[in-house]
Amino acid sequence: MKNRQWMNVVMVILVAGLFLMVSCAKKPVVVDPGPIQNQSTIEADEAKLKAEQMEADRIKAQRLKEQLEKEKALAMVQAAKDHFVNQDVLFEYDSSELTSEAKLLLKEKAVWLQANPGVSVTVEGHCDERGTTDYNLALGERRAQTAKSYLVNLGVSGSRLSTISFGEEKPVDASATEAAYRKNRRAHFSIN
Amino acid sequence: MKIFFYRHKKKQQLRMLWCVFSFICTLYFLNSGFARDYDFIVVSDPFLKKTPIAVTEFKTSNGSSVEIEDGKTARQILVDALNFTGYLKSMNPEAFLSNPAQTGIKLGQINFRDWTGIGADLLVTGGITVENNHVVLELRLIDTFSQKLVVGNRYSGSRAKLREMIHRFCGDISYALTRNRGVFDSRIAFVSTVNGNKEIFTCDFDGQSIEQVTAHKSISLSPSLSSDGQFLAYVTYSRGRPEIFIRNFASKKNVIVNHKGMNISPAWMPGQKTLAASLSFTGDQEIYLLTLEGEMIKRITNSWGIDVSPSFSPDGRKIAFTSKRTGTPQIHIMDIATQDVHRLTFKGRNNTSPAWSPDGRKIAYVGIEDNGINIYIMDVDSGMPVQLTMDAGDNEDPAWSPDGSMLAFTSTREGRISRLYVMNASGTDQRRLLKMDGKQAQPNWSLLWNKDN
Repeated sequence: MKNRQWMNVVMVILVAGLFLMVSCAKKPVVVDPGPIQNQSTIEADEAKLKAEQMEADRIKAQRLKEQLEKEKALAMVQAAKDHFVNQDVLFEYDSSELTSEAKLLLKEKAVWLQANPGVSVTVEGHCDERGTTDYNLALGERRAQTAKSYLVNLGVSGSRLSTISFGEEKPVDASATEAAYRKNRRAHFSIN
Repeated sequence: MKIFFYRHKKKQQLRMLWCVFSFICTLYFLNSGFARDYDFIVVSDPFLKKTPIAVTEFKTSNGSSVEIEDGKTARQILVDALNFTGYLKSMNPEAFLSNPAQTGIKLGQINFRDWTGIGADLLVTGGITVENNHVVLELRLIDTFSQKLVVGNRYSGSRAKLREMIHRFCGDISYALTRNRGVFDSRIAFVSTVNGNKEIFTCDFDGQSIEQVTAHKSISLSPSLSSDGQFLAYVTYSRGRPEIFIRNFASKKNVIVNHKGMNISPAWMPGQKTLAASLSFTGDQEIYLLTLEGEMIKRITNSWGIDVSPSFSPDGRKIAFTSKRTGTPQIHIMDIATQDVHRLTFKGRNNTSPAWSPDGRKIAYVGIEDNGINIYIMDVDSGMPVQLTMDAGDNEDPAWSPDGSMLAFTSTREGRISRLYVMNASGTDQRRLLKMDGKQAQPNWSLLWNKDN
């Protein structure tokens, strides 16, 4: 009986000692409290930076989107303008009368003109190279005037439209083919 | 007996007649047959026989090398100028049987049989003296058949004026033969793009001595010289739209005709300081008369539709012009005073660019058909068109020479580039007048040229 009790006491002492040892062993190294604080600041800064970055990206994307939309709008305006300028009204040989296609095209031009009220325009009359210089100057003038009259009748103010003839002097295509002749018999619109 | 005697007498008479007849025939054949052995004339047109003219070597006086050279040059200028006319043909010197430069250049020193024998109806002899840059030419035109002096003149001036002196002699020859001084004093205005833009130039009747008149660096067109060569009217876009500039060569000043719309087609009234032009300030192209200051005299045409390209009759009372009043472009004639108008061209759907001949009898114009653009001539009275160009590119802008013997015109027959050509009024001898870089068009042939310009 006494041995067993003696053994328990020893055990207790041993375990306690073990615990002590462990706790001694586990005695923490003294860490500088500074670095612990920087770590969290860094983390905080990193988070902040990341947020700012995201915001910047968002703004950039937003701006880019706006830019694209603006360019798209400008491109559309330019396209409409180009369409207005590049599409010539064509005429039959030795004629200053408007064909049905000519009238359709002029209607489009009237729409553009109404949508751009500040713009003034010169209507140029041209001819193909056949026929004499003077006669073609006169024919070109009649083509320009016919186109202008039609636009005025559609409601475009006449004061915005000036006319000039270049006869056969400024062909778009100087070849001597029927296709070239056809392209040259035109009323051309240029923006002042 | 009586009857027998009568028959005998008749036989004798017949025999006499036959003798005389055969004698005359022999004479005729001898005479012309001799000439026919020498036929140096190349007849390019069966209807026009050019008169053969022999131009001999010029006789020098002091025999210096300058004199010899100038003599050769002068002779060549003369040969070229005479050949330029439609009615003379200079003969090949290899056919000449004698040389007046050695045997004598005066009428009394000529052996006429040497010339009639080779078919030279006309003979030119010349003497040249050159001293200190001064030239004296002694020139004679001799009719070898009638053995008469037709022209005998002395011309003098600086060596630089050699060409001018020879041309004055040619004018004298022309006047003696045709009662008209011909083209030698005249000048041609035209449009050329040699410097990139259409500008106005002038040149001599033979395409030489080219001078630039405008430098607007724009589009300049439709030159028209006044009868006395003092004024040039033309159309230019130099200020943005077609205006007519009237340039006074002497004062170097310009008058500008710039009504609203277009100002085009200037044409001078012959012998007057008045011009016609097509103006569209009313909204429709009509032809008006203007002073040389650009002021309005009166309106000539009065019809809806294109009225353009006026050309005066030589008496200035009428104009031929292009009008679309009947639906297609056609030539019409209008009396300025009475305002009577009638249509001239009925054949073809497109007739423009009329030019009234100096003798008043014919109008040249441009007709466009499926087979091309060509120059036609029509008698003012008969109205029958005659086509002068064919199968040779596009041909436009006919312009009469001041003596009515020739037409200048524009043609694309060589490489589709428009250049200036001349031809006789009958349509023969079509040849290029000059060649410059770029394109040339719209010749206008003045009646007279002031040599001091």
